[in-house]
Amino acid sequence: MNFIFDYYNYWVVVFLMMAGFYIVISANNLVKKIVGLNIFQTSVFILYISMGKVSGGTAPILVEGVTQYSNPLPHVLILTAIVVGVATTAVGLSLIVRIKRAYGTVEENEFENTDDAI
Amino acid sequence: MLEQHLVALPIILPLIAAPIALLFGRTILTWAFATLISAGACFAAFSLLIAALSEGVLSYAVGGWPPPWGIELRVDAANAFVLFAVTALSTLVLLYSKASASHEIDPDKQALFYTAHLLCLAGLSGILVTGDAFNLFVFLEISSLATYTLVSLASDKRCLTAAFRYLIMGTIGATFILIGVGLLYMKTGTLNMLDLSARIAALEASRTVNTGLAFIMVGVSIKLALFPLHMWLPGAYTYAPSAVSAFLASTATKVAVYVMIRFIFTIFGAEHVFAEMGMDFILMVLAVVAIFKCSYVACVQSNVKTVLAHSSLAQIGYMVLGISLVSVTGLMAGLIHIFNHALMKGALFMAVGAVFYRLGSVNIEAFRGLGKRMPLTMAAFTIAGLSIIGVPLTVGFVSKWYLITGALEQNNWLIAGLVLAGSLLAVVYIGRVLEAAYFKEFPASHDSKDVKEVPLSMLIPMWVLVIANIYFGIDTSFTTEAATSAAQWLFQNNQVLELTP
Amino acid sequence: MTELIDLVLLAMLALTALKIIFLKDLFAVVMLFGIYSFLSALIFINLDAVDVAFTEASVGAGISSVLMLGTLALTGRTEKENKRSSLLPLLVVTVTGAALIYGTLDMPPFGAANNPVHEHVAPRYIEESPKEVGLPNMVTSVLASYRGFDTLGETVVVFAAAIGVLALLGVRREKTDNVRQSGFTDHYVLRIIAKLVIPLIILFALYVQFHGDFGPGGGFQAGVIAAAAFILYALVYGLPSAFRVVGPKFLQGLASFGVLLYASVGLYSMFKGGQFLDYNKLAVDPLAGQHYGIIIIELGVGITVFAVMLSIYYAFASQTERGNT
Repeated sequence: MNFIFDYYNYWVVVFLMMAGFYIVISANNLVKKIVGLNIFQTSVFILYISMGKVSGGTAPILVEGVTQYSNPLPHVLILTAIVVGVATTAVGLSLIVRIKRAYGTVEENEFENTDDAI
Repeated sequence: MLEQHLVALPIILPLIAAPIALLFGRTILTWAFATLISAGACFAAFSLLIAALSEGVLSYAVGGWPPPWGIELRVDAANAFVLFAVTALSTLVLLYSKASASHEIDPDKQALFYTAHLLCLAGLSGILVTGDAFNLFVFLEISSLATYTLVSLASDKRCLTAAFRYLIMGTIGATFILIGVGLLYMKTGTLNMLDLSARIAALEASRTVNTGLAFIMVGVSIKLALFPLHMWLPGAYTYAPSAVSAFLASTATKVAVYVMIRFIFTIFGAEHVFAEMGMDFILMVLAVVAIFKCSYVACVQSNVKTVLAHSSLAQIGYMVLGISLVSVTGLMAGLIHIFNHALMKGALFMAVGAVFYRLGSVNIEAFRGLGKRMPLTMAAFTIAGLSIIGVPLTVGFVSKWYLITGALEQNNWLIAGLVLAGSLLAVVYIGRVLEAAYFKEFPASHDSKDVKEVPLSMLIPMWVLVIANIYFGIDTSFTTEAATSAAQWLFQNNQVLELTP
Repeated sequence: MTELIDLVLLAMLALTALKIIFLKDLFAVVMLFGIYSFLSALIFINLDAVDVAFTEASVGAGISSVLMLGTLALTGRTEKENKRSSLLPLLVVTVTGAALIYGTLDMPPFGAANNPVHEHVAPRYIEESPKEVGLPNMVTSVLASYRGFDTLGETVVVFAAAIGVLALLGVRREKTDNVRQSGFTDHYVLRIIAKLVIPLIILFALYVQFHGDFGPGGGFQAGVIAAAAFILYALVYGLPSAFRVVGPKFLQGLASFGVLLYASVGLYSMFKGGQFLDYNKLAVDPLAGQHYGIIIIELGVGITVFAVMLSIYYAFASQTERGNT
């Protein structure tokens, strides 16, 4: 029981990551691929934040009388990663808009030339 | 004052220059500024290489915070060597871009092109110089975003799907690296590479650390386009603007190879990765398959840029093969090939870009009769092509020589034979282009007046690389000294090194 | 209690993710993604990461969803049926997932106070940063000072995204003499409410910008919130009116300016004899120096993020408006 209690969080996070990863590699629609990529990354963020948690701790903002804080370092890393993620999303979506204009489709299996398949 | 900050300069020069470059109104000013900055970064990288060869290691604590609390920049012979190659190629490609990019890229977007180039250079330098595993991820993303932009600036619409595929694969790779770094952090509590290495060595065999290693290796393998995770590369190199192909082919994947070396040798330790996890065998098999499969594909393509892209994949195979030999000579062969391959592929892609500049096509058909029409360009292509094959007196020979020596040291005749056999395939794919250029007639249907030599501003950087191909093929002292000392440095047991504040 | 909330939220996330896999209506997919993002923000709050939650809600859920919807307006909202086999992706995902589960079996237990991450490196941030950097919010101290170089890199990533979007889409400006009536011209309630709300949003952005030292917040969140105010203005009053308030060219300059402001702090500290971004050298008193440094770099971050987010919105929105004609 203790074993499950120690790890359940990570197991669900692994499931979430894999759900996102699955959407990225299986989706046929390019916008959906980008959504999948975001879910994949967001789930990795939860992995990081989970490891920073201390049971009984509080948010890492100095308060009188509190001695147990959660670890601020993963928070900083993930703040950075979120912004990196949105940057990639913006560029990816712009590419999709251009692809739509050039090919008339954003469905992967509709690119006729194999060179253009994604 | 500058000497003190030498380590940081190759990153912060292009990093600060990029937003400034956007503010210039005129393209020519942006170009001149970007080239100047790149040359400055190259000069700094060269000084760093000299300093690293004599002093061993240079450390720089950004923000004045000692590692592992702050972010450390750390230069030794290995990354200084690769950094010098990257900054030098960037400068030459920028010189080449003036004519090439103004021909291929929409005038409104040229300022953005140079800005993105500077960002890409800053990202690559950052990946090379940083001593912090998470900081590496940040710079990886800077260079990746800039690369997607650069690839998509071509006028051929196929560059868009190529860039999108690259974006998806690249982001998956980066996310895998992020997961791997997270798992390492979870077990060690640190992100500084040296600190990580010491604390991983102190741990007993841990599944979490091994999983982290596996994720990092897969992520980096996507970034360096190791077979079978290479599918993004041919499209991106084929449809990108010529100057971008030349820059990426000679730098981006090389930096990823360096990251692989850094993680294997500095962070995990060769002992752990190879002896305990048996990764040398996996890498060796994948490298050999890459060499043969991709060389073969290169032999049957009709687009010369696609040929060169597949040739790059095979050459990456040689680099990884060097790493997988697990010896100083093998690693040194891999490192020297990073440098040498940058010289060859840079020259080849520049020559192909020159053909595109005049003929608007890079199909093998377009090369017919160019030996007479564009003698200097085709001579450059020929010499760099011979270098890819590994003919003596070129740098290609030097790389293959050390690779075979490394294999023979371990009495591995099979690998030595395979390296030679791989060269034969290179004879075929380079030979096909040369045959078209020198033994076929220039088609009468073309308007022959327009097909002449390209401007000097494209020929000079191309020929600088060609001459470097020959110079470093004859006088090998500089490259072998740098690569040997880098390889020895990486093989030393890093755990005994204390953190230098 | 924390664990219970965590478990419920995780279950909701899993359901949302599963639903997204099977949905073909992309509008619903994007909406569910927004929900996914907000749910993760809740998890972040529950796990004490308030700054991250703030960023996820504004950047992840806010900006990403807006951009996705903007793309859908141009590319169509349904995914077509396809007969692709999902066997290979399933295999890849299963192997990867199995490897990760294998990796979890050795992990330090969730939430234990003696995990390696809490015993090495982090204690200094928790114990010393209020004295060394002088801010109560440790996340801001680490973000802006100890790992300030990461944050500079992050600002440059945002800048690089703007370069990418501008290179790909550009901002299409319609000529001023044939500006169509755009925005919600007939919705008086909307227009008046927007007029009331926009100043408040900007005020809130300024609060978040300058309060980041003491509570959750900082340049990233503030930049996004300020951009949201202008996005609302552009939605209600039309893009041409928004261009008259802040033009796309001006925003480009502003994006560069923010990065340069950040970098100039680094250069000044080098000039003063310190390392790059060593805020201690900015003033005679190191603590005061840290304080100045952090305020300036956060401002640089805020300016760049604001300019870039609004530029990206302009780029997408100007495509849509053109698409409608």
